[in-house]
Amino acid sequence: MNALLAAEATDTTARNLTIILFLVFVAVTLGITVWASRQTKSATDFYAGGRSFSGFQNGMAIGGDYMSAASFLGIAGIIALYGYDGFLYSIGFLVAWLVALLLVAELLRNSGRYTMADVLAFRMRQRPVRTAAAVSTITVSIFYLLAQMVGAGALVALLLGIKPGQTFLGMDADAAKVWTIILVGALMIVYVTVGGMKGTTYVQIVKAFLLMSGAIVMAFMVGLAYKFNLSSLLGDAADASGKGAAFLEPGLRYGKETPGDSLATFYSKMDLLSLGIALVLGTAGLPHILIRFYTVPTAKAARKSVLWAIGIIGTFYLLTLALGFGAAALVGGENITAQDPAGNTAAPQLAQALGERYLGGELGGATLLAVIAAVAFATILAVVAGLTLASSSSLAHDFYANVIKRGEASERQEVNVARISAFGIGAVAIVLAIFAQSLNVAFLVALAFAVAASGNLPAILYSLFWKRFTTSGAVWAIYGGLAMAVILVFFSPVVSGAPTSMFKNSDWQWFPLSNPGLISIPFGFFCGWLGTILSKEPTDERKYAELEVRSLTGAGAH
Amino acid sequence: MSTDAPVGTSPDRYVAMQRSEEFIGLRKTLRGFIFPMTAAFFLWYALYVILSAYARDFMDTKVVGNINVALIFGLLQFVSTFVIAWLYARFADRKFDPVADRLRAEMERGDDA
Repeated sequence: MNALLAAEATDTTARNLTIILFLVFVAVTLGITVWASRQTKSATDFYAGGRSFSGFQNGMAIGGDYMSAASFLGIAGIIALYGYDGFLYSIGFLVAWLVALLLVAELLRNSGRYTMADVLAFRMRQRPVRTAAAVSTITVSIFYLLAQMVGAGALVALLLGIKPGQTFLGMDADAAKVWTIILVGALMIVYVTVGGMKGTTYVQIVKAFLLMSGAIVMAFMVGLAYKFNLSSLLGDAADASGKGAAFLEPGLRYGKETPGDSLATFYSKMDLLSLGIALVLGTAGLPHILIRFYTVPTAKAARKSVLWAIGIIGTFYLLTLALGFGAAALVGGENITAQDPAGNTAAPQLAQALGERYLGGELGGATLLAVIAAVAFATILAVVAGLTLASSSSLAHDFYANVIKRGEASERQEVNVARISAFGIGAVAIVLAIFAQSLNVAFLVALAFAVAASGNLPAILYSLFWKRFTTSGAVWAIYGGLAMAVILVFFSPVVSGAPTSMFKNSDWQWFPLSNPGLISIPFGFFCGWLGTILSKEPTDERKYAELEVRSLTGAGAH
Repeated sequence: MSTDAPVGTSPDRYVAMQRSEEFIGLRKTLRGFIFPMTAAFFLWYALYVILSAYARDFMDTKVVGNINVALIFGLLQFVSTFVIAWLYARFADRKFDPVADRLRAEMERGDDA
């Protein structure tokens, strides 16, 4: 009884501390946002932060934009529950940056201005290409946003430890989820409409710093617990997982082998390949990542920022390996699934265990738990702000200014529309997230990567490297890749027909893979090729010369 | 008439630059690095994913203590990513930037004339 009371007292301490730390983060970032708004005068300030960031700053911001709660809590959780297979995810997420570094970042920086479509539409007919790019940008961003916001709602209930039947500030768990979604949505709208790219970038830099610090401290403590002996950490993790040596080998989650069912095994392995290809090709097609390259003054700085990002993101994923296996070993699979069957609380639970061990008992545990929970919220906020900015920029710059106004809108009108768009997109995301909160929408992140890899990446690569590429090719690639990815997922087991589906009580599933990439990515490239060879549109030699010279040398770049 | 051209670099100068030997050489240098390198890391990554799916016995082989081939292979993907990033930075710094900077300056000098 006393232990129970003490435990509750610790819970309350942690909860209060989490809220205080979170409020400090919100206060600091809002302060930065207001400061940034005073420096935001032109369209370039709003869309691209005045192109004034250094390579290192932008590298941090890219990390802040990219390392979502899905990668911090999600990957640590997958490793903690399924062992090795979580590592596969982080490898795909990291290697993907080589596509951005070698093929996209510098050329895009030199030839574009504010959005992905600037490059796609460079030598094409503006209206069809920009419309397609805006549709794709908004679709990808909304998918990603929904996953983050629904995740935020679920996390709050878990991290604040509001159990069924309990209340907090008069709210039960369900009400707390809804209010969290509204709060996260409102904050991202403020960051973007007030601070623009400058404010958003600083929020992401602060978040990246906090996240890296938290991960380093925790990984160091895990190291201490095992005297920095990786083998003994792995051994303990495998023992505590209850799965033995299989825990350290591929196959517990992806590419599962079902004895006696060779078809299920075949599909499961195909699914692993499909996920692998979507992860590695998706990153360089994500609009919210691409627009980050415009925030630096030169292509050289864009290169530096990707190099920093690779260093930061790579280090982070190595740390998550320690966190995931550390959670498996020190918290244990049963304790993790008891809190959250998906394992999203593995990292915070590990923080509590480590704090108790190294920071002086229960208070230390509560403190570290609170810090890590607050970092997780900061993580979500920075990512959703980046997504809102990307989609509102595209709506204003691509759709409003270049499609509706045919390039006749003034800078001021354009930025006003961007602000209104951020508000609108934020509001839509809040409403959708509230409706979707009881559904399993974690697959939306993987879907966003698949759409980016199937539609955006082919269009970008063809634009930059294939002279013959035409307007129809660009439009076909984007709509074809996007439609194929969405349709296949709609008929896949993640949406219906399985116990873990979004709609688990219905069944219209016929496509056997959870990830569409294996089919939709080649299909997107094929559409871009077919659309090009079928169209009679001649190559605009002058425009192509301008694009090539500009993208390689930077002559005439904005 | 060249006086009709908007402020900035006129399209014809881009065409001239694009057809110049130096620019063609620059493009060749860049593509000669990035295309093979992309193929290399993509195949290397694909090999890792395919082995994870289909060569479980090999991946499960223990090397030292509890550290198996799968873990080492995964860590090597990190190493190769860092190394390729470093190689590219070195290539861009030594072989690409000097030429690109010179051509850019040439284009921009022309603008003022």
